[in-house]
Amino acid sequence: MDLAPLFLPKSLAVIGLSTSNEYHPANVIFNKNLLRYPVRSYAVNPKGGTLNGEQLFSSVADIPEAVDLAVIAVRADFVPSVLQECIDAGVKSAIIISGGFAEAGKNDLQQELTEIAGRHNFPFVGPNCLGLYSPTMVDTFFLPTERMVQPPSGDVAVVSQSGGILVDLLVKFAGEGVGVSSAISIGNKALIREIQLLEFLTSDPRTKVIAFYIEGFAQNEGRDFVRFARTCGKPVIVLKSGKTKEGSRAVSSHTASLAGDYQVFSSVLAQHGIIEASNENELVSYCEALSCYPNTRTEGNVGIISGSGGHGALAVDACISKGLNVPPFSQPVQKSLQAALSESIRAIASVANPVDLTGSALEIDFVAAVEQFCRIEEIDCILLLMLPYLPGLSSDLGARLSQVYRRFKKPLIAYVPHVEKYQMLIEGFELNRVPVASSIESAVCMTRVLRRCRPC
Amino acid sequence: MLSKLMKEIFLASRKTGWILEPDAKLLFREAGLPVPRFGWAKQASQLQEIAAEIGFPLAAKVVSPSVIHKSDVQGVAVGINSIEELSAFYEQVSSLPDFAGIHIEEMAEGLELIVGAKTDYQFGPIVLLGIGGTGVEIYQDVAIRMAPLTGKDIDSMVRELKGTKLLTGYRGNKAINMEALSEVLLLFSELLMEIGPYIESIDLNPLLCSNDGCLIADARIMLDASLLTS
Repeated sequence: MDLAPLFLPKSLAVIGLSTSNEYHPANVIFNKNLLRYPVRSYAVNPKGGTLNGEQLFSSVADIPEAVDLAVIAVRADFVPSVLQECIDAGVKSAIIISGGFAEAGKNDLQQELTEIAGRHNFPFVGPNCLGLYSPTMVDTFFLPTERMVQPPSGDVAVVSQSGGILVDLLVKFAGEGVGVSSAISIGNKALIREIQLLEFLTSDPRTKVIAFYIEGFAQNEGRDFVRFARTCGKPVIVLKSGKTKEGSRAVSSHTASLAGDYQVFSSVLAQHGIIEASNENELVSYCEALSCYPNTRTEGNVGIISGSGGHGALAVDACISKGLNVPPFSQPVQKSLQAALSESIRAIASVANPVDLTGSALEIDFVAAVEQFCRIEEIDCILLLMLPYLPGLSSDLGARLSQVYRRFKKPLIAYVPHVEKYQMLIEGFELNRVPVASSIESAVCMTRVLRRCRPC
Repeated sequence: MLSKLMKEIFLASRKTGWILEPDAKLLFREAGLPVPRFGWAKQASQLQEIAAEIGFPLAAKVVSPSVIHKSDVQGVAVGINSIEELSAFYEQVSSLPDFAGIHIEEMAEGLELIVGAKTDYQFGPIVLLGIGGTGVEIYQDVAIRMAPLTGKDIDSMVRELKGTKLLTGYRGNKAINMEALSEVLLLFSELLMEIGPYIESIDLNPLLCSNDGCLIADARIMLDASLLTS
C-alpha cells in the first residue's frame, strides 16, 4: 500500500461540499487548501454547478486529472459508494472525515469500507477523523485556519487516535517552537493504523521523531508495533490514555492482577526502547529535545549552569528525582572553571556543579562556562538555566551558545521563560537547533529523554 | 512442541478451568523446570508410601477443583514431621468441597519470588518477575516483559525490582543463584511461547530461590476461556 499520495498529494478532491452551509467540513477543507496550499484542489457535489465562482464537479470521475487524495465528508450511508467511485476513478488515496461508523455502533458499515478498500489495495485514513496537516503541503482539518494555532514546518511527525488531542498538541508545539513534518488524526483507524504509519514515517526523510497518542491496540497488534519500533532507527514517543481502566473480567491469579493492561503496555514499551510520555507537556518536551538530538544517547550525567543559586538547586532536585546524576566537580576542574571566568565574578561564583555564575555574570562568562563544560568528561549533557533579565546578558547569547554546541557536540538544553520579550534569545537557540524549555521541569524532562532507555 | 503428557493435562483440565497443582507440577517437571519431589495421595491408604518416598519434614496441600486459594480454607500445612500429623491433615481437609486427595511434597527454603505469565490482549504472552509470597499484591514489586525473554531482559528485570538487593545479597544473606533463576525464566518463557494460546495466566508463587538454586513451591495455571468446555 503506497501512502506517498496521501502524505504528499499534488491534487486533492474534496467530496461533499454544501451549497447552503459555508461551515460544512468539506467547504472549510476545500477553501483552505484552494487559497493557502500548493495542492491543486477540486470540489465535488453531485448537483454540479458553481460555488463562490469555483466549479463543483458532480463526480470525482469528472475531475480532469488523476487525483492523489480524496477527502470524503458525506453522510456515513453514502461513504461506501463514494469510496468505490474514487477507486473506479483512479484516485490514489482517501481520508474519510465522516463519522457515524464503529464509534456509533455501526461496525458493519465500517467493515464495508475496509472490504472495498482491501479488494483494491486502496489506502484510506479514518473514518471519523480530522485527517492530515502537513505544513506548506496540505491541510484536511475542518477547522478554519484563522482558528488554528499552527506549528512551523519541522521534523516531528504526530499520529493521534483523537483529533482533539492532535489539535491541542499542535497548539503546544507552536508555543514551544517545535516544528512538525506531518500531523495525522486516524480516528476509527479502520484500515490504516499506527503500524502502517510508523512504517511510512520511518522511511520519510522529512521526519526525525515519531510521536503517537494511542488509546489502545487491537489483539496482538501491540506486539507487531513494538517490534517494528525497536528497530526503526528513529525515536518513537507514545502518550497513552486509558491507564486506569480496570479489566472487566474478574482475576483469579496474582499475575493477572499485577500485570494489568497499562502495566503491561508501559513495561513492554520500555523493553523495546520506546519512550513513554506521561502527559502532553512531556510529549512536547521529548519531541523538542529529540528533534534536535535524534541520535544522542547520554548516560544521564548532567552539568548545570545558572545565574542564580535557587535555579541550580531546583534543577538538581528535579534531576535527582528523575534518576539523573549531577556529579560534583573535582578540585582541578573547579580551578580551571574559575580561571575561565571574568575577574569580577571569580570570587563570588560557585563552580562545583551546579555552577552559579551569579547575577553579576557577563555574557562572556556564560560562553566560557559552556565551553569549559564541553571539556569536562564527567558530564555528557549541559543544562543551562538562562536568566534573560540579568543586566550583563544580551539577546544574542542564544545564537552564540548554539555555536559552542556545534563546535563540541555535547548536547545543550536551555531554559528561558517563554515570553514575547525574550523571543529573540529563544530563537537564537531554537533556530540553531538547541532546544529551549519554558520551565525548569521541562528542561529536566528534555535532559532525561536523552538518556532514553536502550532496548533490552 | 507440546509433549503428549502436556496435551493430556490441558485436555483433562478443560472442565475445571485451571490445572490442579499435582498436574501443574508434572507439566513443569516435563518442561525441565525445577519442582520439589511430590506425590498425589488420592486415598488415605497412599499416605504412608508417599511420605516414606519423600521423607519428613513435608508440606501438604488440599487438591480440589473447587479450591483455587488453598490457604484461604486452611488447605495448606507445612513442617509435617510424622505420619500421624499427615493423616490428621488428610482427615481435616477431606470434608472440603470436591476433595480429590492431597498433594504432598518435600519442604524447601529460600527467598520467595513470583514468576508469572499472562496472555495480554494487545501484546500476547508476557512474563512477570517479582517479590513473591502471600504479600505479593501488597508490595506490587514486579517487572514485566513481553515474551520470549532474552538474557538481557532478565538482567534488567532483576535490576528493576525495588527489592533487587534481596536477590543479590543483603546484610549477611547470601545472593540467590542468579544462573538458576535465569535458567528458570528462560525455560518458562520458552514453554509460554508453546502454551500461550491455551492459558489465561500462570503464577509460580512462591518460586523459592536460594544460593543452591530455585524450586517451584506452588503453581497455578488458569486456562484460556476458548479452551474451556461449556
